[in-house]
Amino acid sequence: MSRSFLESTTVGFGRAFTRAMLSETTAQQRGLLQSLDPRVRVVGLFALVLAVELSRKIAVVAALLVVAVVMAVASRVSIFTLAKRVWLIALGFTGVIALPAIFVTPGRPIAALGTVAITEQGLRTAALLVLRVETAVTFTTLLVLCTPWSHVLKALRALRLPKEAIVMLAMTYRYVFLLVETASQMFESRRSRTVGVLKPQGQRRMAARTAGVLLSKSFALSDNVYLAMQSRGFRGDVQVLSDWRLTMWDFIALFGFLLAGSFAVWMGR
Amino acid sequence: MTPLFELRDVCFDYEGIPALRGLSLQINRSERLALLGANGSGKSTLLRMLDGLCSPSQGSLHFEARQLTAELLQRDDFALPFRRRVALVFQNPDVQLFNPTVFDEVAFAPLQLGWSREQVLSRVEQTLEYMRLTGVRDRPPYRLSGGEKKRVALASVLVLDPEVLLLDEPTATLDPRSQSQIIDLIQEWKGSSKTVISATHQLEIVEDIADRVILLEEGKVAAMGAPAEILSNNELLLRANLVHAHRHSHNGVVHSHPHIHSHSKHEH
Repeated sequence: MSRSFLESTTVGFGRAFTRAMLSETTAQQRGLLQSLDPRVRVVGLFALVLAVELSRKIAVVAALLVVAVVMAVASRVSIFTLAKRVWLIALGFTGVIALPAIFVTPGRPIAALGTVAITEQGLRTAALLVLRVETAVTFTTLLVLCTPWSHVLKALRALRLPKEAIVMLAMTYRYVFLLVETASQMFESRRSRTVGVLKPQGQRRMAARTAGVLLSKSFALSDNVYLAMQSRGFRGDVQVLSDWRLTMWDFIALFGFLLAGSFAVWMGR
Repeated sequence: MTPLFELRDVCFDYEGIPALRGLSLQINRSERLALLGANGSGKSTLLRMLDGLCSPSQGSLHFEARQLTAELLQRDDFALPFRRRVALVFQNPDVQLFNPTVFDEVAFAPLQLGWSREQVLSRVEQTLEYMRLTGVRDRPPYRLSGGEKKRVALASVLVLDPEVLLLDEPTATLDPRSQSQIIDLIQEWKGSSKTVISATHQLEIVEDIADRVILLEEGKVAAMGAPAEILSNNELLLRANLVHAHRHSHNGVVHSHPHIHSHSKHEH
């Protein structure tokens, strides 16, 4: 029996999460970004993403993309992985948004497509948009690939993000795996008991029931998790342990990130 | 001597579905007790109640002669020492393992109870070593095997060195090696000051983990006594759905007898 849209989506999520788990092996390798304190990584890469968004010149954003690629190589991140999982996908999504800009932005026409003119300004706008997205997503992906999720969360906490938000993020990441796995098992179980092809109406009904059961299961799970937290002394205010120490190398790297970001903003203004 | 826990005519229901019906029993300090019963007999509910996670809808529960109420558990002067002294390991380790890494998981309880940083670090390291989890300290709990998850769940409460351990199906769904590791741990506590209350429906482990058994049936005490005494009462076990009648034939004559699936009985 062929998989329905919902089932395929669930399986897709499952694969994505498996990849997310595998990405943690990159975080364990020895590389440039991995050698830095996670707080420096979060602040530094966020500064570079900000610089990408504030730069208005294609050359400056392109230079930042080169910096990202060099950083990826130095951090033992596969360029092939980046191209396949980040650049191609980002290009697909942003390309659709950027394409009309080529035709609708007023400016000097450089080519014609039937009665519609392609303008130089339109091409520049589209290229800037695509480059910005590609570069920003590359920096963000580098952070995620080179830092275990637990360290990202701890770094955000150290940067004074509210504890409640951190706990919610941590739990979402933790239990989304379990719920996706449960959903996949429910679909498999249903398939094993289904003969022939269900009509679309039947498929919709089955999907709605599955979603309902999954929702009930997630409520029961959240109740139990809360009880398990209470049982170990949780009283509404989460206490976390941070045992990181900044080294001279971290300060140098942080200075480098901030300097590169500021320089890019100044050059790209 | 004052019992550690005392239940007097306790009832509890889940939205109208009764789980405990007029339960009265006493649990003493330092005893190893098994709560035996089929699925739905009220074992897990009773453990949660002993941990102060739910309160009786009727009757009363006493901890060291003090009535355990929701109001009392709201008070820091009672709740913090109580959480330190009484710990529950849930049946499903996924429920209990909600932290990003094994280290964070084990450090969670001492941090919530306000231990100093040095104390937390030292106790967590000791516990990881004791439970042979040092190698997985930085791994997320969802990437562990079932046996490892159970050990982390145990470590997450043992870090407090609790006086009372409430274990919900401690060996269920584990492979034989992981089962024996958990049983070995419970046996290590024999003769110590720890009170270990384990809920199980696995008859083959009862004699290893308990010196006294309380058999629950539909939320009530059906029998209590020494493990050998309870386990030898086939009629009682059959009635409590812990064994089933095995039908087979000898020379064309069909007969049936109680049947337990056990892997631990063997001769040396």
